[in-house]
Amino acid sequence: MRSFFAFLSGGLFGAGLLVSGMVDTKKVQGWLDIFGNWDPTLAFVMGGAVSMMAVVWIFARKREKSFLGSPMPGPFSQLVDRNLVVGSLLFGAGWGLAGLCPGPAMASLSFNGWEGWLFLIAMGLGMAMAPRLKIWLSVFDRASMDTTPSDTSPDEKPALARDTRASAR
Amino acid sequence: MHQDWIWGLVGGLMIGAAAGVFLLINGRIMGASGIIGGLIDGSGRDSVSERVAFLGGLIAVPPLLVPLYSNVDTHITQKIWVLVLAGLLVGAGTRIANGCTSGHGVCGISRLSLRGIVATVFYLLGGALSLVVFRHILGVI
Repeated sequence: MRSFFAFLSGGLFGAGLLVSGMVDTKKVQGWLDIFGNWDPTLAFVMGGAVSMMAVVWIFARKREKSFLGSPMPGPFSQLVDRNLVVGSLLFGAGWGLAGLCPGPAMASLSFNGWEGWLFLIAMGLGMAMAPRLKIWLSVFDRASMDTTPSDTSPDEKPALARDTRASAR
Repeated sequence: MHQDWIWGLVGGLMIGAAAGVFLLINGRIMGASGIIGGLIDGSGRDSVSERVAFLGGLIAVPPLLVPLYSNVDTHITQKIWVLVLAGLLVGAGTRIANGCTSGHGVCGISRLSLRGIVATVFYLLGGALSLVVFRHILGVI
């Protein structure tokens, strides 16, 4: 039952991406090209999706369980940190470069030929590399901690433990 | 061209409805990078069938709608280095930031999540900078 509705949701997502034009890399790049020939279509895609979902959240917030009985997601992290900012910048750079983000990359797989598969394989590799990159990024945390020693104690130990594990390999 | 925004809005509402189905019925956040990434790094091993089913629908349904269109041209680049570099950046970036356009964008902004809004500001900034560098300065895309 969960899989059936997951398939339905995925299918509707894919259909929406196709209908909206999000599978067209030229259109996506046109939206990001604010200093060139800017194409505002994606503002309507985002606006439509967000406003529909904003209505859904009104009902979702009142529920403790989903219709299929599983707990609703949350509580959500409030943390705005370096990973969020740097990760989003990297993602955005790749999004602009090829005009593909993860959803449309899957939805347009049947139209994209070998190029779509190559992008997908590279994306999978990038995802597999992400935990290691996060550890590299945390090096900066320790550098900044040195200047504020009063905050070090809670986070320092796990960071060091991760490092010894990494160097043991 | 002049009708693009209507189809954008209709498609956007469908994307929002898809995220709504996944949230209300399955109790899940519809984030494409999280659904794929959970299969790759093993963090989603307790929900593999649900993830595979979602991706199955996402991949299989769009080609079924093609008869409604005269042609679907995705204008995907044929440059190998662009595909590889962009794929690596998108894969690593979305997993480091823990979300992409669907998770942080659609699901996050709609509940006024600070993380979703910050992520969206920075991936739009990254995308705009990418176009400036690769299109307007280097002229390679």
